[in-house]
Formats: sequence, structure tokens, C-alpha cells
Amino acid sequence: MFIIRYKNIFFAISGILVLLAITAMVYKGFNVGIDFTGGSMTEVSYTNARPDIAKLEADLKDKFPGSHMQIAGEKDLIVRTRDLTDKEHTDLVQALSDNNTSPLTEKQFSSIGPTIGKELRSRAWAAILTVLLGIVLFIAFAFRKVSEPISSWKYGLITMISLTHDIIIPAGIFAYLGYEVNSLFVVGLLSILGISVHDKIVVFDRIRENLRLRVGATFGETVGKSLEQTFARSINTSLTILIVLGALWYLGPDSTRDFSMLLFTGVAIGTYSSVFFAAPLTVLAERFQTQPKKGKK
Amino acid sequence: MVKQRIFASFILIVGLAVGYFIYASEPGISGAIQPLGSSYLSKFKFKLGLDLSGGTHLTYRADVSKVAQAEVGNSMDALRDVIERRVNLFGVSEPLVQLESGGFAGNEQRLIVELPGITDVSQAVAMIGQTPLLEFKTERPAGPEKDSIAKAIEDYQKAKTAGQEPPFSPLLFQDPNYISTELTGRYLKKATLEFDSQTGEPKVGLQFDKEGSDLFAKITKENVGKTVAIYLDNSPISAPVVREEITSGQAQISGGFTPVEAKTLVGRLNSGALPVPIELISTQSIGAPLGEKALGGGVKAGLMGLIAVALFLVLWYRLPGFIAVLALAVYVVIMLAIFKLIPVTLTAAGIAGFILSVGMAVDANILVAERTKEELRNGRNVNDAIREGFSRAWPSIRDSNISSMITGVILYWFGTSLVQGFALTFILGVLISMFSAITVTRTFLFSLGVTAKNSLTSFIFSSGFHKQ
Repeated sequence: MFIIRYKNIFFAISGILVLLAITAMVYKGFNVGIDFTGGSMTEVSYTNARPDIAKLEADLKDKFPGSHMQIAGEKDLIVRTRDLTDKEHTDLVQALSDNNTSPLTEKQFSSIGPTIGKELRSRAWAAILTVLLGIVLFIAFAFRKVSEPISSWKYGLITMISLTHDIIIPAGIFAYLGYEVNSLFVVGLLSILGISVHDKIVVFDRIRENLRLRVGATFGETVGKSLEQTFARSINTSLTILIVLGALWYLGPDSTRDFSMLLFTGVAIGTYSSVFFAAPLTVLAERFQTQPKKGKK
Repeated sequence: MVKQRIFASFILIVGLAVGYFIYASEPGISGAIQPLGSSYLSKFKFKLGLDLSGGTHLTYRADVSKVAQAEVGNSMDALRDVIERRVNLFGVSEPLVQLESGGFAGNEQRLIVELPGITDVSQAVAMIGQTPLLEFKTERPAGPEKDSIAKAIEDYQKAKTAGQEPPFSPLLFQDPNYISTELTGRYLKKATLEFDSQTGEPKVGLQFDKEGSDLFAKITKENVGKTVAIYLDNSPISAPVVREEITSGQAQISGGFTPVEAKTLVGRLNSGALPVPIELISTQSIGAPLGEKALGGGVKAGLMGLIAVALFLVLWYRLPGFIAVLALAVYVVIMLAIFKLIPVTLTAAGIAGFILSVGMAVDANILVAERTKEELRNGRNVNDAIREGFSRAWPSIRDSNISSMITGVILYWFGTSLVQGFALTFILGVLISMFSAITVTRTFLFSLGVTAKNSLTSFIFSSGFHKQ
């Protein structure tokens, strides 16, 4: 199987992608949404023409320091500030309407206190780490009868490594594009974990079965054979998921658009990594085990 | 095989019935045509979240620091009841008032208020927040504690008048003269407007409930000859001297009110004095047009996604693909019916979770179809190949779905309401899709009863574009 033979090339591709993603995260940083930082977001739509933004900005500068404006559509305006009390919110809308000279309707408003933001952030981390751990433990359990040639916890560990790979890359793309990181982003990452572990289990399950049936002379050959057999399923399943996600991306509501993009890339990367990264890793793990002194060759 | 066919027809009939239920209970889609039973069924309409229907979501933090640990639950329940009464007064349809424990150790008590259709945040906040907080306090006994509070306040004022940075101390928030008692507006049965028979001064008469009367009796008994201060929204209004123990549970506030002030106060007290102070910590409001647009987008995306997946399955997997589409249709109607019956509040994130689950539900079908094809290639007849395909695909279907359940449950566990909406549809999706893939697909495939092996059967059971 070519994938096993050229596995170092695929490891290199994955390594480069992960590095690029981390670089994007470190250098560009995440555009963290108000869910996680606390703050407010007001979206208004002007009935007539949108007033001069520079003037509005100057008006807001004293009262709402650190506010940030962003135009949207033809007549809409999104303003971000620190979290606001009810009174401040009324003042803000008043200021945006230029003291009622530019009539507007408020499309949405959210204000989130800093404690809630902090709490959501820590909960998000806890959820991601718990899901990863839960999956590893489950896989180690599900493959407990498979101990030859590599033990079941190694399947768990390999799954965790490749799952981390699967969420780091889309997260890096998010950072690069400057999309907003909010609760939905975390939901997206967790769903990627959920979908992509499906793929890994299907491939590992086939390896498990083929080991029992003694398909292939070496472990590498068994893995290669298993990949060949599950290849069509991997592609077709992720194709159906990509179809629905594509529909959600193009036709779905604005609020879940970035989310579908995240999932779309995540599912694609997840399928890629099941076949080209996780499975070859099992072969690598076996090499390390049987020839510990010589290293990877 | 006869049994399989009967069962297959049964599934189809039930599927159609459930489909009809969904259609008839949604006046939005059936439109002017009134399907049979729609007037009854319309109470099973989809429950839409605020982000789809428009409305306001408010989160309050309740300050329970002054409430005894054991009493926190009761006070919070009382708080919810009061706010509920307030909200109902304003005639919002289907408001939601619920309690939540937040914070890192779950020690922060919160109150969530959802007001569908109300997008004017100021109006909403005003309607909830202006409830008065009524407290009864007794004299603080002389001692070092009293002195230190008084000193802290004195220091603060001195520094302030001198134009210096005033020293901060938590003692500043305390009253040097009075300490809180357990008696608050929570125990109020009703308030009435009264006028003093001699001076004609307006007064507010208070009647406590049973528990409040006992507390009031105890307080008055212990404080004969001393003052008991009545605080409203943290400021003292009056501090009458107690002459004797009062067991009737009646009290009066005379704080130099104008008749109008007294009347508003009575109204506010009657609609409920807050048992604990609350503070607004987060607000979210979404205009109805934005919600409608999001809903339309979600429905359109779901439909187009489904059609595209169905086309792909039929074109690629032929007969098993067609069966998978039927199983998928059964899956979709069951899920929608569950959304209506539980009911699950649908949000944009929830719809996304559902659409995603449609994609994932197909996975089991693809696994089985691929496996069946392999067995056919190994020379088995169709029926045996299907049987073998199922039993071989089962371990991976089982294991992958269990791991999805783990993800879903953890999501639900850690999630905020937004995440939980997604997690719930996701968990339901995994469960129902296992059922539809195993039971429905299996029954349909076996009820076909194809045992022959010829070019036609091998064509309709194989896939892709390659030659046989």
C-alpha cells in the first residue's frame, strides 16, 4: 500500500500543516468573541442612509472608550464595546442614531459580563480535554483484546495524537482568517472530534479484524490492506457529511456560517488524517516497538 | 421473509403517519390548506429558540451572601416565583424564567429570563429590575464591630473631603447602626395603602405570611424599646421604636411618602418584593427579522443537504443507496417528531447539529453497503452477503457511535444553553441513526428477498462507475 510505503511524506505534510496552524495561532492570535472575554455587541440597521462613521466614532470615543465599529451590509453597523449596563446601552443607541437624526432599528444586542466570559472559557477547555481523554480511554477499552503487535492503549494514544492534529489545523485556519472564536467555535471543535473519531475507529476496527484473520505477512501489510478496504467508505462518508455542511455553509443562517466552514475543514482534515496519518502511525509505533534501538528505519 | 416484509410495510406506514403528524402540526408549512386534525395538532409546533424567533435573554446574578446556606435553594425558588409573576404581568407569551448555578464551583446563583418577542432590552430590564427589595434590620449592638465600621466610614469621608484617595474597606458596605435579619419581602403576603387617621399621612401597611409573622414576632419581642429599621432597595425608609411584641404579622411603613409614592410602592410590593438582590450580568437580544432569516436559512440548508445526500446515495450505491435514503427519511421524521414531542427548543446551533447528524446517520449505511459489496465479490449470494455485511460492519458502527455518545454527553455536561441545544440534537441523532441503520435498513434489505446472483442483481448491489 502506497500510503504505508510513503508514510514519511504524509507525516511531513501533517507536520507542516500543524506547524503552519500553530504559527497562525501564535502570530495572528485568535479573534476572541465576547462570549469569552466579556463585552458587548450591538448591531443596528439604519432606516435611511448610514451616517458618517468617522463622526460617530468621534462621538463614542469619550463615552465608550475602546469601542470598535464595523460596517455590515448596506445600512448596518456593528459596534463592540466593553460590557454595558442597561442605561449605557440606551445611551449607546441614542449616540448611534446621532440623537435621533438618523432613525435606526436594533437588530441584535448582547452584553456579557467578564465573569461569565471567564467561566465559559474555562468550561470550553475542560470540555475539549475531557472529550479527548474520554475517547482515548474508550478506544483503549474497545481494543483491549488486541494486544499484538501493539497494545490497545497505543491505539488510544495514536487516536488522541491524530485528533489533536485534526482540531489544531482548522483552528489555525480560523486564526489565520481572523474569524471570531466563540462558544460555537468550541462546539465545532468538539464535533470535529466526534466525527473524526468515527473514521479512526472504522479503520482501526478493520485492522483489528484483519489481525485476527491474519491478513498480510507483516503488520505494515495488514494495515495497508485494511486501508484499502476502508478507503471507499472513508471517502464516501465524509463526502456525505461535506455535502450537508456545504449546504449549511452556503445556505444556512449567518450565525452558523463560520461554524460550518470550521466543520467542513475539520471533517476533511479528519478523514485525511484517519487514512494518511493515524494508520501509518500504528505502523510506526510497531517499528519502534520491535526495533527500539534502530529508531524509525 | 414474509415476516420481514410485514415489518417493512409496518415501518413505512408508521413513517408516513409520523410524517403526516409533522406536516399537520406545522401551520406554517401546510398554509391555507387545513390538514385533518391540524387544529388539535398545532399545539405540537416546533419550539423555536430566541435566536430564531427573536427576543431577549437576560442573565442575573443573585446575591445570596446574606442568606444562610441551607436557605439558598428556597430563596432562589422564591426569587424565581416573584420574577415570573412580574414577567407574566406584562403579558409576554411563553416567557421562561429559570435558575442556574454558575461560577467555577457552581456557587454562583443565577436567574435566566427569556422573553420571546421582546427586543426592547431597556423595557425588558425595567420590567424585571424595578422590583423593590424590602428588608427589616435590627440595631447593631455596641461593640468593636460597630466601632470599626463607623470608623471605616468616617475615614472614608474624611479622606474624600480632604481630596485624597479614600481608603477602601469591605466594612464600608455595612451599616454601622443596623444588622440584617432574616425577615425580608420574601415573607410578605400583601401590602396595602393606608392613611393615618389623625394626620392623613399615607402609609404602607404590610401583612406577613405565617413564617414572616413568626419572624416578626421574634424580632419585635427581642427588640422592645429599640428601633427596627425598614430598608427599601438598600436605603432606610423608617426606623420605628418597638413598643411591644407584635404577633399579628402586621407592620406599617411611614416614611414621609406622598400619596402617589405610597401607591406605587404598594403596587411594586404586591407584585413581589425580591427575596434577594439581583444584578444583571448578561443581555442578549435578537430582532425578529434576523431570527426569521436564520430559521429560513437553516431549513433551506437542511432540505438542500438532504436532497443532495439522497441523490449521491442513489447514484453511487444504487439499490442499497435507495434503501439508505428510505432509512434516512425514517430517521428524519422520527427526529423531527421527537423535537416536537419532548419538546426540544430549536436554535441555530441545534439545527446545525441536526443537519450534521443527517450526514453522520448515513455512515452506518455506507459501512454496511461497502461490506456487503465486498462479500458479494467474495462470491456469496445477495442475501448471505447482506447478512455478513451487517454482522461485520456492526463492531465499527457500535464503537464509533459509543464514542460519539461520549462526546455528546460531555458536551451536554459542560455546555451553556447554546451548546446544550447542539449536544441534545447530536445525542438524539446518534441514538436514532443507530436504530434506523440497523433496524430499518436491515428490514428493508431482507424484505427484498434477493437470492439470485445474476448481472442485474450484481449491478444494483454494486457501486461507483467501474465495470462489473
